[in-house]
Amino acid sequence: MLTMIGKRLMFAIPSLIGVVIVTFLLTRALPGDPAAYFAGPAASKEAIEQIRKKLGFDKPLIEQFFRYTNDLAHGDFGTSLTTGQPVATEIRNRLPASAELTLLGLIVSITIAIPLGVLAATRPGSWIDHLCRVTTTAGVSLPVFFTGLVLVYVFYFRLGWSPAPLGRLDVFYSAPAHVSGLYLIDALIARDFETFRSALSQLILPAATLAIFSLAPIARMTRASMLAVLASDFVRTARASGLSPSTVIVTYAFRNAMLPVITTLSMVFSFLLGANVLVEKVFAWPGIGSYAVEALISSDFAPVQGFVLTMAVMYVLLNLFIDILYGVIDPRVRLEG
Amino acid sequence: MTAQPLLDVHDLTIEFTTRRGIVKAVQHVNISVAKGETLGIVGESGSGKSVTSYAVMRILDRAGRIAEGSVMFSGIDVKAASENEMRDLRGREISMIFQNPRAALNPIRKVGDQIEDVLRQHVQSAASDRGEKAIEALEQVKIARPRERYHAYPFELSGGMCQRVVIALALACNPQLLIADEPTTGLDVTTQKAVMDLIVELTKRRHMSTILITHDLGLAAAYCDRVVVMEKGRVVETAKSADIFARPEHPYTRKLMRATPRIGVSLRDLLPEEEVALSSASPRLRGEADARSAAGEGDSPQTALAETAPHPDPLPAGGERKQKPLLLVEKLVKEYPRQGAGALLSKLFSRKPPVEAEVFRAVDGISFTVGHGESVGLVGESGCGKSTTSMMVMRLLDQSSGRIAFDGEEIGAILPQAFARLPQRKSIQMVFQDPTDSLNPRFTAARAIADPIMQLGNIRGRDALRARCEELAGLVGLPVNLLDRFPHQLSGGQKARVGIARAIALHPKLVILDEPTAALDVSVQAIVLNLLQDLKASMGMSYLFVSHDLNVVRLLCDRVIVMRAGRIVEHGSSERVLGDPQDGYTKELLTAIPHPPLPV
Repeated sequence: MLTMIGKRLMFAIPSLIGVVIVTFLLTRALPGDPAAYFAGPAASKEAIEQIRKKLGFDKPLIEQFFRYTNDLAHGDFGTSLTTGQPVATEIRNRLPASAELTLLGLIVSITIAIPLGVLAATRPGSWIDHLCRVTTTAGVSLPVFFTGLVLVYVFYFRLGWSPAPLGRLDVFYSAPAHVSGLYLIDALIARDFETFRSALSQLILPAATLAIFSLAPIARMTRASMLAVLASDFVRTARASGLSPSTVIVTYAFRNAMLPVITTLSMVFSFLLGANVLVEKVFAWPGIGSYAVEALISSDFAPVQGFVLTMAVMYVLLNLFIDILYGVIDPRVRLEG
Repeated sequence: MTAQPLLDVHDLTIEFTTRRGIVKAVQHVNISVAKGETLGIVGESGSGKSVTSYAVMRILDRAGRIAEGSVMFSGIDVKAASENEMRDLRGREISMIFQNPRAALNPIRKVGDQIEDVLRQHVQSAASDRGEKAIEALEQVKIARPRERYHAYPFELSGGMCQRVVIALALACNPQLLIADEPTTGLDVTTQKAVMDLIVELTKRRHMSTILITHDLGLAAAYCDRVVVMEKGRVVETAKSADIFARPEHPYTRKLMRATPRIGVSLRDLLPEEEVALSSASPRLRGEADARSAAGEGDSPQTALAETAPHPDPLPAGGERKQKPLLLVEKLVKEYPRQGAGALLSKLFSRKPPVEAEVFRAVDGISFTVGHGESVGLVGESGCGKSTTSMMVMRLLDQSSGRIAFDGEEIGAILPQAFARLPQRKSIQMVFQDPTDSLNPRFTAARAIADPIMQLGNIRGRDALRARCEELAGLVGLPVNLLDRFPHQLSGGQKARVGIARAIALHPKLVILDEPTAALDVSVQAIVLNLLQDLKASMGMSYLFVSHDLNVVRLLCDRVIVMRAGRIVEHGSSERVLGDPQDGYTKELLTAIPHPPLPV
C-alpha cells in the first residue's frame, strides 16, 4: 500500500513540473503589462520602466523562470502585486474557505443525491424516479449565480432567516483559533458554539447553491450505475438465493454501483473547488477561485501561478485518495497496485 | 406417477409487457417434477425454458408476469404466495445455478461471505459456526483448500471453480429442488463433465430433484430421467430420456436431434430433411453439393469430405503449388510477462533483468501447415493458446519468435500495424466468435459487408459496392431485403451470415474461423456449418477452424491439431485423431463429450 502511494506520488512529479512550466509561459504570454498595471494609469514611462526593473521583468524569460523555480523550491510563491501579500499566505487563508464551502456543499449533495438515485433505480417509472429526473434537470440547468441570488432574495431579503451574504462570519464574531482553517471544525475544537452557529448560518446558503448544482451528476450517475448493477447476473443470483431486498440492494448492488459514482464525485469536487467563482462572488466568499480570477484580470502573475500549482497538487492528492478508495471497494483494482 | 409431484406447473402462461405490446413468452406449459427426479428442459434460445424456471422462483423481471395457470411447489401456491414466503422458499427450498458462473457471483465480495449471506438469510446456523458451515459447503463441491478459497474473490478463480462456488451457494441450505440453467455453457468440455458429475452426485445423495435447462441434447440425455422439449414457449414433447432419443415424436424434436453434431454423420445430415433437398437444388451449390450429399449418404462422412475437398480447388493446380502449403507455421512462440500490468511498473523501477520464470508461454513452439483448399481444426480448451495462435497468423498480434509463411512469403516478421497496408491482408480474413459483438451496432448489414471492400478492395462507387454486397449476401444466403437492417434487427444466424459475407468479400485464400458457431443454436449451427462447407468448395478457400467442440471439428475439418498448454499434443486427419486418438489428453477430451443416443 505504502509503495503504491509512493509510486503514485513519483508519477505525479513530471506532471507537476509540466504545470509549473506551462503556467509560467502562459502567464507571460497573456496580453497586458503588469508593470504598467501596477504603476497606475498616471505613471510616466520611466516609472513603469523602473518598476519593471524592480520586478525583474526586464530580464530574459529563461532567467525569470529560473528565479521563479528557485523561489518555489524555497517555498516562496512570490508576492501579489495587487494586495502586496505573499501568495502562499493568501492561498493558505483562502483555500480552507473554499474547501469548507465545497465540502459542505458536496456532503449535502451526496446525502440527497445518492439515496435519490438509489430509490429511483430500484423503482423505475415511479414518482420518485420522476422526482429524481426533474430535480436533476432543474439543478443542472439553473446557473449557480441565479440559484444563489434567488436563495439570497428569498431567505435573506424576504424571509430574513439567514444573515447577510457577506463572507464567512458575521462581523460581530472573530474567527476561531486556526487549527484546520475550516471554521466549523475549528469552532468545535475551541468549543465556541456561538461562532459555530454563526459560521454555519453563513455557510448554509452558498453550500445549498453548490449542492443544488452538483446534485444532478451524482444522482444521475448513481441511478444509471445502480440500474446497470441491478440487471446483472450476480444480483439475480442473490435474489434467487432468497436474500432480503436490503441485503441485495446494499451489499450486492450498491457497493458495486459505487465505483463510477466515486469517480464522478472526485470530478465534481475538484471542479467545485476551483471553479465556483460565481458562488464566491454572490456570497462575498473569500475563496480561492475569486482570488485567482481577480489576479488574472489584473495580470498579476504570482497568484495565478500559485493558484494553478496548488490546484494541480490538490488534483494529484485527490486522485490518489480516490484510487486508494477504489482499492478498498474493489479487490480487482487492489491487485494492480 | 402416483405420488404428489414436488413441483407442478400447470397451464402456465407468462406475458412480458414490451414496447410493441404484450408478448407471450410461455404458453400453456405443463411440467411436473417428482421427488428425486432429474428433469431436462431442452430448447433453443427463445423457447421460454429459462423464463419458465424464473417463474417457478418468481424472479421474473419487472416486465414479466404469470398471466395464467399455476405453479405448486410441495403444496405451496407460488403464484399466490407473499414476497416474504417466496424469499424463504428461494435458496432454502428451491435454488438455482446459472449460466456464466463468473458473472453470477458478486465480483467484489469474498466467496465465503457470499455463502454466509445465504446461510444467514435462512438462519441455517448460529453466527459463530457460520464460517465453518461455509467452508464445509465449499468442501462438498470438492474445492481444494476450501479454507483458503473462502477468502478468494471470484476473479481469482477459474470458470469451473466459480461454478462450484455457485453450486455450493445453491446447496448450502439443503434445498429440495435445484434448477440448473445452462450450468455448463461456456465451460470447457472436461470441466463440463466434472461440474455435471458433481451436480448429479450431490443431488442424488441428498435425494433432491433437479431441473436441468439446456440447449444440449447430449447433456440432457446423459444426465436426465425425463426430458421436456420446448419450442417457442410451448412444450412440444415430454418423455423418458431413453425414449425421446430413440423415438422422437414431434417434428421439432427430430429437427433438434438431426442438427446435433455427433459421431457417424456428415454435415448434410444435420440439416432438416426438407432443407437438404432445397440446398441440393439451389443453383449456387450445383455440382459439388450434389456429389457430396450423394456420397455422404452411402460413404462415411470423412471420406466424403476428404474426396471433395481438393476437388473444387479452382486455382491452377500446378504440381509445385500443391506441394507448397498455403500457410506454414514453424516453431511459433508467444510469451507474456506473467504478472500483467504490475510487472510493467516494477520493471520501470527496478533495474533487475526479468527472471525467466516471469514469462508465461501462451504458445510454446508450435509448427503446422494448412494446404490450399484444406480446412484444419485447431482444438483445445480455454487457455491452450489456440486463439493466440490464430491472432498471430492473422497478424493482429506479434509473435515472440518463430516464423509464419503465407503463400510462399514470410509474414511473421511484419509488424501487425504494417500488415494492414499490405496486399496479403486481403488474403487472410477472419470470422469471429460472437456474431453480435463483432458487428458494429451502428452499421447496417450492407455497410458491415462493404467495410473490408472500402478499406482494401478496388470496387468504387455506390452502385457497384451495393451490387457486390448483394452478390455476397446471395452467396451466404442472406435475403437482400435484410441488408439495410442493423445488427440488433437480425437473428443470430443472420448475423453470422453477415460476418461470413464480410470475411469472404475480398476473396481471401485463408479464412480463420474462431468458434464461428459457438454462440448459435444447434439448428442454426447446422445451417452455418453447411454454408461454410459450400463456400469453401465453391471459392477454393482454406480454413483454419479454431474450436473447442470436437464434434463440429470432425464435421468440417480435414485435419485436426489438438493443443494443450501452448503445445501441440496430437495432429493428423480428423478421422484418425478423433476416431483413434493416441494422446491421453485427446482421449480425455473425447470421452468428456456427452453423447446423445443415436436416432434409430
